[in-house]
Amino acid sequence: MKMIIVAGTPGSGKTAVLIHALRSLKERGLNSSVIKIDCLYTDDGKKFEKIGIPTKVGLSMDMCPDHYAIYNIEDMIDWADENDSEYLIVETAGLCHRCAPYTVNSLGVCVIDATSGPNTPLKVGPFLSTADIAVITKGDMISQAEREIFRERILEVNPNCKVIEANGLSGQGCIELAEEIVKSPEVSLDEEKLRHSAPLAVCTLCVGETKVNKKHHRGILRRIDGFQTYEGE
Amino acid sequence: MIDKITIIGGYNKQGEKEPVEKVFINRGEIFGVVGPTGSGKSSLIGDIEQLAQEDTFSKRKILVNDEEPSYEDRTNPRKKMVAQLSQNMNFLADMSVGDFLSLHAKCRGASSKCVNAVVNLANTLTGEPIKNDHELTILSGGQSRALMVADVAIISDSPIVLIDEIENAGIRKHDALKVLSGHGKIVMVVTHDPVLALMTDRRIVMKSGGMDKVVGTSEAEKSLSKKLNKIDEFMLSLRDKVRNGDVIEDIELGDVGI
Ligand SMILES: Nc1nc2c(ncn2[C@@H]2O[C@H](COP(=O)(O)OP(=O)(O)OP(=O)(O)O)[C@@H](O)[C@H]2O)c(=O)[nH]1
Ligand SMILES: Nc1ncnc2c1ncn2[C@@H]1O[C@H](COP(=O)(O)OP(=O)(O)OP(=O)(O)O)[C@@H](O)[C@H]1O
Ligand SMILES: [Mg+2]
Ligand SMILES: [Mg+2]
Ligand SMILES: [Zn+2]
Ligand SMILES: [Zn+2]
Repeated sequence: MKMIIVAGTPGSGKTAVLIHALRSLKERGLNSSVIKIDCLYTDDGKKFEKIGIPTKVGLSMDMCPDHYAIYNIEDMIDWADENDSEYLIVETAGLCHRCAPYTVNSLGVCVIDATSGPNTPLKVGPFLSTADIAVITKGDMISQAEREIFRERILEVNPNCKVIEANGLSGQGCIELAEEIVKSPEVSLDEEKLRHSAPLAVCTLCVGETKVNKKHHRGILRRIDGFQTYEGE
Repeated sequence: MIDKITIIGGYNKQGEKEPVEKVFINRGEIFGVVGPTGSGKSSLIGDIEQLAQEDTFSKRKILVNDEEPSYEDRTNPRKKMVAQLSQNMNFLADMSVGDFLSLHAKCRGASSKCVNAVVNLANTLTGEPIKNDHELTILSGGQSRALMVADVAIISDSPIVLIDEIENAGIRKHDALKVLSGHGKIVMVVTHDPVLALMTDRRIVMKSGGMDKVVGTSEAEKSLSKKLNKIDEFMLSLRDKVRNGDVIEDIELGDVGI
């Protein structure tokens, strides 16, 4: 099984780009299954099913979608196996800029919207800096100079990634992504590890505290001046 | 050195083969792209900008000196053969003019000394001056266009230049075209303006997403072009008057001299 994990900010064009890439794999007789992980709502399932690709949707609700995706990887792989798929594609919501859902041997694909401004690559954190491939979408909406600057910024954050400029509407660049999917390594789950450890999330807020006053908080707490304490036993 | 590019036709919006199968464009040539709105003019030059290899809507393929360009040539901005002035009228990037230009100069491997030259050149094309510390996003449509033109001319200086509707932002189009089309370049101009269309050597006519035919500018058209230029200059002088708050109550067509 080859596992392709696709992360990116909401609406960046993950589904649009994947639809083109997976269609081209299908034309070559290669089967994929898609899992879409989102928080509250998504209609991506329908879009993938329209092109005849088995799709499953998972909603993480109040949990970080990347954490949720990671807990479920094993089941997802089993399910893709049942579908006789060579490729398991996981599209995640990517709302949490501290997590990156890629595992060491998966193909980590970060989809990033060029209209979001040239500072975005500096803001998005590990899901860009640990990706194998950065797909830049919506370049059709900005000037050539802005596109070139955006690309440079991505390479500053992740000098080793391959940059693909794609258009989710026309499909330009998506065949190149399909090529990379074909070339990606096999994963076996036993020893598989995350590339980037999940962030600190051990405080009273994590377990449902809603009061804002400081005196109610326990766990690892960080103040705005950078001072960090551990409150509790 | 780029001596020619070849556009190998693909498919139009209906999925039918384009009537024009192949177009060769040579060094030094100015080529027009005309056609109704939505006929695929911008898409055609988009294909050339990306040096498309049957990987866009149209499935066109672009050759440079009869060869497929390498992946590196297609993507690395330092090696880019194509400079494009797209149809976009505004910048979305959230930074100052000066920062933006020096970043772009860095991407293209150009000297950061270019920055002032670009701003000065842009200011010869637009009305109210642009300053280095202006935010890009507050520039007007015309100012943005002027800055894009100057940026393409100086920083993106490339052997292939693609220009999408230079006439649409109220900047000085003849000057802008002159600035962009340096000697020995391949220049493609998308236009709805007959004055510009007749200034080209040949033009592609687009229809429903496909290249419908290629028309060479005839001798008769070339001499007509001179007349059209005079009319155009006359219109521009009226434009300047209106812009400056003058009142035009009568015109003397004899002034045009045709
Ligand atoms: N202009 C332009 N629009 C695009 C491009 N790629 C995607 N879009 C549009 O952007 C919108 C969002 O695209 P999606 O593919 O649904 O984005 P997503 O990342 O899957 O979104 P979520 O799954 O909701 O997080 C759609 O309306 C697409 O048509 C592109 O390259 N250019
Ligand atoms: N060969 C093609 N196959 C499929 N769709 C196409 C093709 N060419 C163009 N289109 C689509 O047609 C639409 C209009 O094309 P485009 O923007 O290039 O038109 P235009 O001639 O530049 O129009 P305008 O004069 O308004 O700028 C676009 O959405 C484009 O994707
Ligand atoms: Mg999606
Ligand atoms: Mg257009
Ligand atoms: Zn998270
Ligand atoms: Zn917490």
